[in-house]
This record gives sequence, structure tokens and C-alpha cells, in this order.
Amino acid sequence: MKTCLVVDDSRVIRKVSRRILEDLGFEVAEAGDGVEALAWCSAVMPDVILLDWRMPAMDGMAFLRRLRTERGGETPKVIFCTIENEIERIREALDAGADEYIMKPFDGGIVAAKLAYLGMAA
Amino acid sequence: MIPPADLAFVCALCLARAGLQIDIDKSYLIESRLWPAARREGFDSPESFIEAVRARGDMRMGWGLVEAMSLPESEFFRDREVLLTLIEEVLPRLARARGNEPVRVWSAACGTGQEVYSLAMLLAEAPNLSGRVALFGSDLSERCLEKAQAGIYSQFEVQRGLPARLLVRHFETFGEGFVLSPRIRQLVRWRRVNLMDDLGRDGRFDLVLCRGALGQLAPEARGRVLNSLSGALAPGGRLVLGLKDDPGDAFTRVGPGIFADHHDAVRSAA
Repeated sequence: MKTCLVVDDSRVIRKVSRRILEDLGFEVAEAGDGVEALAWCSAVMPDVILLDWRMPAMDGMAFLRRLRTERGGETPKVIFCTIENEIERIREALDAGADEYIMKPFDGGIVAAKLAYLGMAA
Repeated sequence: MIPPADLAFVCALCLARAGLQIDIDKSYLIESRLWPAARREGFDSPESFIEAVRARGDMRMGWGLVEAMSLPESEFFRDREVLLTLIEEVLPRLARARGNEPVRVWSAACGTGQEVYSLAMLLAEAPNLSGRVALFGSDLSERCLEKAQAGIYSQFEVQRGLPARLLVRHFETFGEGFVLSPRIRQLVRWRRVNLMDDLGRDGRFDLVLCRGALGQLAPEARGRVLNSLSGALAPGGRLVLGLKDDPGDAFTRVGPGIFADHHDAVRSAA
């Protein structure tokens, strides 16, 4: 079973994301910010990370840069999932090593489409 | 509640004008699709809109009704493997066969343009095909074509199938949505076409895509449209249908949703 780490400071978004991902056959873990997410990743690296941008402690961009610098390579797949919807922000995220980008609000169809595109169907 | 006689009128009009098969029992669907069109025409309900179309026999308003009932499916990169097969295998072969002539590709019933623009974006990244393919998009609905030509899509529409990498390469932020770059938009020419009409006047095409419309048509209309689309194919051309569409014995499947005229397929196999 593939694993997905949902990183978002909103408990509601984490809950919604969990339901969508579990329906898609993923095992889901949750983190409330980048610091928690890094701790998760150093223990068990997930296959996919669904990553919010604006978070306290460490935001999504800082987390992604740390992850890519420390781990190198292209795993895990990182999908930003954020309210930021300007093209410039999306470009910035991809340049920093994100694999895909979801703009909130989102639904299960969008998450499934992005995962399928990344070859990450569970 | 739309009276049964009015529902029957709507179904009959859609069938006669566009071959559309509308289920008369789904009155809620008919009503919900007609509300926006009724408001646009200045009516306070679908019932009064239908009544006016019936009473006045106004062609333009009648088409407004038919268009409202035709809901083309349109999504960026729907059935991605089909588009990739076209770009990697089918179009290069057609381009070789065409020599210096452009390969003519027609997205019939293109809805709001996502399919043909998906092809245009892929073509822009295929140096061996760049400038060698002419793209045409047509739909029954003027409103869909206007939206397609404008190339403006909502956040929801671009997220459905468009990879983020292509979104940042070819779109700009536009209000709450996104607008496609003029470079891609200008690759496509548009025209309103009712697939039930004679399709001969636009010449022949090497590739005809009709991936969302057949399922909406009545059986007789489906046969007629398939026949016309087949007639619009240039020799050696390919017809691309929805993955669930079955075009019958006149066609041979040569790829995912990709068909050759049966006689053509036999000739090229010989």
C-alpha cells in the first residue's frame, strides 16, 4: 500500500484529504507543519506528500527545499495543495522541486487526476 | 414543473435539429439545463422559455434551447494515453505520408476547446510536428466556441487534467481563472458545425476526433454522424472516438479509441 503524508495546519483540510486519499487506497499520515513533516520523513519516507504552503513553524516551501536538499533525487513525489493560485507561485513551487500543484478548493477527482499523472495510483 | 407536452417538445426539437437523445423522464435534468438559457433570453422560467420557442417558432431561440441541452464533455488531457499515441505514433506517420502538406486535424464537437488545446500544447513540444499540423475545432454551440476562442478557463477546469508544468508554460493568471497564451490559441481555427449537417464543405481531414458526442446521440443519428465523419476522413486518415464508443463493423480499431476505415485498414495491412 502506498503512503501519503498530508501536511497542513488546518485539521479540516487534513481530515478531508485523508478521506479522499484513503478512498484512493493510500495509507495516510498527517503533519501540522513543515517541522513535523520533516520529523515524519526522517522516520518513514512516504511515497507522496500533499503539502500546504502557508503554515506556522516551517512553511511548505521551506520544507520542500529542505527535503530536496537533504534527500536529493525525485522521491517522494510532492504535490503542493494550497490556496495560492497565481501562476508565479505555481512556477516557484515547481522550480523548488514540487511535482504537481493543486489549488484549493479541491475535490477527490482533482487529487486522483494529479496522482494518476504522477504514476502514483495506489 | 415543466408540463409533459413541453418536455416532449424539447426532446423532439433536440432530436430533429441535432440528433440528441434526451430522456423525457429526466425532467429535473431538462429543467436545470434550461434555466441558464431561459435567464439569458430574459425569461423567468424554463417553462416560459419553451412556450416562447414553441409559439414564436424563432430559429435562433430554438437553437439556444438545443445548445443548452447539449452538454459536451470537455477536459484537458482526457484519456491522456490516447493523445500521447496520437502525438508519438499517429501524427508522425500521417505527417510523413503528407509530405509537405499540413496534416489536417479536426476536433468535432470540441465543446469549450480543452481537447484541441491539449493537442496544440503537445504539438508545441514536438519539434518533428511543429508547424506541420493544422488544427480545427467545431461545436454545435456558439457559446462553447466563444469560450474556446477566448481560451479562458476556471481554476477548477485547469486542475482536472492539465499538468502544472503545462499550466505555467502556456497560461497566465486572468482574474479568478487562467488564460491560454495567444501562441497556442492561434494554432486552432474554429467554426460552428452541426454534425447532423452535410460535412463535405470543409474538405477532408487526416484525423477526426469525436470523443464526447456520440453517446449523446440517438441511435439513428449516431449512425448518420459516424457515416459523415467517415466521409470526412482523407485516405489513410484516422477517426478517434471515446474509449467506450463502438463505431461498428465499418471501422477497424488500430489504437486506444483510434479507428481506421475498415477498407483502409485492410489495404494498409496488405
